[in-house]
Amino acid sequence: MTETLMSYEEALGSYDPALGLEVHVELNTNSKMFCGCPTEFGAEPNTQVCPTCLGLPGAMPVVNGKAVESAIRIGLALNCEIAEWCRFARKNYFYPDMPKNFQTSQYDEPIAFDGWMDVVVEGPDGEPETFRVEIERAHMEEDTGKSLHVGGSTGRIHGADHSLVDYNRAGIPLIEIVTRPIRGAGGRAPEIAKAYVAQLRDLIVALGVSDARMDQGSIRADVNLSLAPAGSDVLGTRTETKNVNSLRSVERAVRYEVQRHAAILSSGRSILQETRHWHEDTGITTSGREKSDAEDYRYFPEPDLVPVAPSREWVEELRGTLPENPTARRARLQAEWGFSDLDMRDTVGAGALGLVEETVAAGAAPQAARKWWLGELARRANEAGVDLVDLSITPADVARVQALVDDKTVNDKLARQVIEGVLAGEGTPDEVVASRGLAVVSDEDALSAAVDKAIADNPDVADKIRDGKVAAAGALIGAVMKEMRGQADAGRVRELVLEKLS
Amino acid sequence: MSDIRQTAAQMAAALAAGEVTSVQLTQAALDRIAAVDGQVHAFLHVDAAGALEQAAASDARRAGGTALSPLDGVPIAVKDALTTTGMPTTCGSKILEGWVPPYDATVVRRLREAGLPILGKTNMDEFAMGSSTEHSAYGPTRNPWDLDRIPGGSGGGSAAAVAAYEAPLAIGTDTGGSIRQPGAVTGTVGVKPTYGGVSRYGLVALANSLDQAGPVTRTVLDSAMLHDVIGGHDPLDSTSIDQEWPSFADAAREGAGGDLSGVKVGVITELSGEGWQPGVMTRFQESVDLMVKAGAEVVEVSCPSFVHAMAAYYLILPAEASSNLAKFDAMRYGLRVWPEGDAPSAEEVMRATRDAGFGDEVKRRIILGTYALSSGYYDAYYGQAQKVRTLISRDFEAAFEQVDVLVSPTAPTTAFKLGEKLDDPLAMYLNDLATIPANLAGVPGISLPNGLAAEDGLPSGLQILAPALADDRLYRIGAALETLHEREWGGPLLAQAPALVEQTEGETR
Amino acid sequence: MPDSAARVEITRDEVAHLAMLARIDLSDAELDHLAPQLTVILESVASIQGVAGDDVPPTSHALPLTNVFRNDVVTPGLTPEQALSGAPEVEQQRFSVPRILGDEQ
Ligand SMILES: [Mg+2]
Ligand SMILES: [Zn+2]
Repeated sequence: MTETLMSYEEALGSYDPALGLEVHVELNTNSKMFCGCPTEFGAEPNTQVCPTCLGLPGAMPVVNGKAVESAIRIGLALNCEIAEWCRFARKNYFYPDMPKNFQTSQYDEPIAFDGWMDVVVEGPDGEPETFRVEIERAHMEEDTGKSLHVGGSTGRIHGADHSLVDYNRAGIPLIEIVTRPIRGAGGRAPEIAKAYVAQLRDLIVALGVSDARMDQGSIRADVNLSLAPAGSDVLGTRTETKNVNSLRSVERAVRYEVQRHAAILSSGRSILQETRHWHEDTGITTSGREKSDAEDYRYFPEPDLVPVAPSREWVEELRGTLPENPTARRARLQAEWGFSDLDMRDTVGAGALGLVEETVAAGAAPQAARKWWLGELARRANEAGVDLVDLSITPADVARVQALVDDKTVNDKLARQVIEGVLAGEGTPDEVVASRGLAVVSDEDALSAAVDKAIADNPDVADKIRDGKVAAAGALIGAVMKEMRGQADAGRVRELVLEKLS
Repeated sequence: MSDIRQTAAQMAAALAAGEVTSVQLTQAALDRIAAVDGQVHAFLHVDAAGALEQAAASDARRAGGTALSPLDGVPIAVKDALTTTGMPTTCGSKILEGWVPPYDATVVRRLREAGLPILGKTNMDEFAMGSSTEHSAYGPTRNPWDLDRIPGGSGGGSAAAVAAYEAPLAIGTDTGGSIRQPGAVTGTVGVKPTYGGVSRYGLVALANSLDQAGPVTRTVLDSAMLHDVIGGHDPLDSTSIDQEWPSFADAAREGAGGDLSGVKVGVITELSGEGWQPGVMTRFQESVDLMVKAGAEVVEVSCPSFVHAMAAYYLILPAEASSNLAKFDAMRYGLRVWPEGDAPSAEEVMRATRDAGFGDEVKRRIILGTYALSSGYYDAYYGQAQKVRTLISRDFEAAFEQVDVLVSPTAPTTAFKLGEKLDDPLAMYLNDLATIPANLAGVPGISLPNGLAAEDGLPSGLQILAPALADDRLYRIGAALETLHEREWGGPLLAQAPALVEQTEGETR
Repeated sequence: MPDSAARVEITRDEVAHLAMLARIDLSDAELDHLAPQLTVILESVASIQGVAGDDVPPTSHALPLTNVFRNDVVTPGLTPEQALSGAPEVEQQRFSVPRILGDEQ
C-alpha cells in the first residue's frame, strides 16, 4: 500500500513533531544475561544455548554481574540516577522466538533513571547548537531468539509457510534506553534523532560496553513519533517504528513518519496507534501490530531473581571509570586537532568523531583522517547504505593508508584502490598493495625509460615543452602514467620530463 | 537378605556392614513396585535397568572402599516435577508426555553424586496443582491405607511409594503443603525445608516464590539424612541460601532420646476449630500432652493473619503459575496439537495445544492468575497478597520470639474418598489450610505420623514449624516426638497399615 | 476465610478474554462452567482487599537476599542435538514452528 505523504516543509508549517527514542544496546559481555552461554555473533544455530536460555522447564536465571556493571556505567554516562534497590520483572506475552513466553526485563524499577544527554546539531544560523535530550530510564533485559521465515517469496514474515527459530541470541543482555518525549525540535527532529543515536553510540563505544554495530543489531533504535497542531501542547497519537538499524535510517524514518502523519491528519483522519516497520530498501514504513487495549503484559517481579541493590561505593567506583563527558571531549578534540567549528560539526554529524579520533591515535594527521572518513569512506558507506562504523575498515587501516600516501608508496588514486581492496575483504592495506601490485614504481630506470618513450611517441608535444610551454607537460605525464598503469609518482614524472626537455 | 520394611538408615547400615548389596535393595524395591504399583499407581515411570546399573556401580564403589555418602546404594523415587536425564519428566501433564530433559535438576544431580539409585518418577497432580493427586493426567494414585482414598497431593505418588514400601526414600516438592499433607494422610514423614535451603534448579516451577523440594520418608532420621544429601547452596539458583548447614542427621540422632525438656512449643490458635475433624484434633491434643510429659513447655500462640493465608496463596500461586506455564506452547518441546483448518498459525497451534494439553484445574488456575496480574487488578489482588505475606511473616516472627517451634495438625482431615472433592475446588483447597503459611513466609516445616483418627482409622499428621534456617529443630524435636510415639504404639504407625495384596504380573485389581 | 468478601464476578466474556491472553482455546462448554467457578474462587479470595494497609510493604521474596550475581564467564551448555531433542519438528538445526502472524514486540 502506498501512503500519501505531505511535503516535509508543508508538514512543519502545520504541525510540531514530538519524538521519542528507545534504543536497545546489546552488551559485549562474554556470557549471556542470565546464563553462562557465549554471546558470539554469527555462530551456527542453537550452539550457544542451555536449559536457561532455551526456557526449559525447571531451569533458572542467575544475573550476570558484569551486565549490571555495564548498565550502571551507561546510566552514569547518561547522567542518570542509579537505583538504590531495583528488581527484574516478567513481561508476559507469547511469541515463538521468546523461550519462556515472558521477557525478563525491568518494569517500574529501572536500574537507571532521570538522565540527559546534550546533542550537537546545526542551529538555525548554521552554527553548532546544543539540544538537551532527557533520558527517562535505562533498564536491563534479555534479547530474544531469531526467526528465519521459510516459504514466503521475500523471506519476510508475511506469506511465510513456517519459521525456523535459532535461540543463540536469546538471553543476550540488552540495555534499553528510553528518552522522554522530545519537544521543540521542529524541522530538526530528524537531525536531532540521528544526532542522538550517533552520540549515544559514540558514548557506548567510549564505554566499551558493546560492539555497537548497528548493522549486526547490537544497537537497535525504535522511533516514536507523534504530531501536535502547531502551537498546541497536546501530543497526538504516536506510532512506534521498529527496526531502524542505521543512523541514516533514523533520520529518514523520522522524516517519513512526519510526512505520513501530516498527510493523514490534514485529511481529517486519525493516526492508528501501532508499530510500524522501517524498510531500509524502499525508505518507507509499513503497518505492524496494532497497540490495542488487549496489550496487557501482566508485569510482576521475577520471583526467581533477588533484588539488585548497588552500593553507593560501587556506583562511585564505577563513576570513576567513565570516559570524558561528550561536550568536554568535543571541545578538547577540536582544540587538539585545530578543526574549524564547521569541520567539527560535520565530523560529529557524520558519526565520525570516534573514528577520526582512533585514526589520529593510529598515527594519521587529523585533517587527513577527517578527509578520508568524510570523503571517500562516506561516499562508499552511502553507496552501500551503511553507516561509517559499519564499513569493514578499521581506523588503523585508514591511518596506514595515509602513511602509505605520506611515504609515497601510493598516490591518492592508488590509495582509493587500496581502500576498495580493504573494504572488499582482501586484507590489510599492505596486503592489498602487495596482492594488487599497487605500489608506485620508484625504479628510476623504468621511469626514465617510460619518459623517453613518451617523448619519442609525442615529438610535437616535446617540442612545445622545449620551446618553454611547460603547461604542455601534462600530456606527457599522462602518457607516462598510462604506460605505468597509474603506479607512478606523478610529481617525479614531471621532474623527469622537464629535466629531459630543458 | 534385604527387607523392604527397613528404614533407609537401617539399609545404609546394612550396606556398610556388608550384609546386603545395593543391587539386592534395589531389586527388592523394584519387585515390590511390580507387585503393588498396579494398585497404588505411585509411579509414572520406573527405570529398572537404570536403577540396577546405578546399584551395581554403588556396590562396586563400596567394594573398593569409596562409598560416596552414608546413603550410597539406598534406592530412591523422585517426584515427576524434577528434571531427570534418561527418564521422562511430565509433571503429571499430557503437555509434557514423553519429554526427556537434557539436564538433571540439582537435587537429582546430588542424589546421583551421593550414589542413590533412582527407581523412577512418582505421580503428582498436574503441575503440582492439587491436594489429592487426582489431577494427574495419568490417573490418580491411591492411598495404601485404603485404595479408595486419596494419598494427598500434589505429591501423592512420593508419599504412597514410601508408605507402600515401594521405595525407602522419595523426593517431594511443597508449594503449599504438597510434601506435608500427603505425609499426614499416608502416615509418613515429609519435610519442607527453609525456602532456599534446597536448590530449585530443575524443579519445574509451580509458584517460584513458594516451591521447595524436600524429603519424603518413613522416619525422621531418614528425612534428615536425605536432607543432608540434597540441601546446601547452589549457584544455579539465585534464591539459594549461601551458608553452611549443620548435619540434620546429627540433629535427628540427638533428638531420638525423646527428651524435650527446655523446649518451648507454641500451639497455633488459628489452626483449629470448625472444619477440623474431631479424631484429628484428639490425636493432636494427645501429642501435645505427650510433649509436655517429655519436658516441653507448651503455650498457645495466636497468628491472626493466618486466616488470610489461603486467599493470599490462591492469588500468588495462580499468578506465578500462569506465567511459568506459558512456556508450554508447542514450539520447543512437548505436545503439539494442530487445530482444524488450513495452515494454522503458531498462535493457533499454541492455543489448541494448551487447550488439549492442560487439565481443568491447570486451566482454572492459569485463567485466575492471568486475571490477578492483569492491568487494573494487580494492586487489588497480587499486590495485596504480597502484603499479606508480610503480615504472615510478622506473625511468625512474633511467635518465634515466644517459642522455639510451632505445632498444629498437618491437615484438617484424614484422607477423603477419591472423587469426593473433585468438583469443588474450594473444598479441595481447604486441605492446605495449615501448611500454606510456612510457604508464604519461607519457614521450614515437617509432618509426622500422629496416630489414627478414631472415626475412620486413618492416619493423621502433626506439623512442626521452625524459624527460617532452623531446620535442625524440626529434626531434633521431630525425632523426639517420633520416639515418644513409637513407645506408645509399639512401633511405627505404618506397621498398623493393612497389608497390600501382592500381585504377580498380569493380574489387575 | 472471613466473609467480608467484596462482590466480584468474572463474566463469560472476561474468561474468554483471559483465555485469549493465556493462549488457551477454551470451548464454549469450558467457558460456561469456568466463569461461575472462577467467580466463587474469586469471591473467597477477594476478602484480601483491605487486609493490609499502605504501611505494609509487599514481600516478593521470603528471604531478603540481594545482589546475587554470576561472574561473566562462559560455562558449557547443551549441544544442538540436546537442545533440539524435545522439539516437535526440526529443520536446518533450528526449531521448526508454524507460520508466525504478527510482529515481534
Ligand atoms: Mg524492552
Ligand atoms: Zn544459556
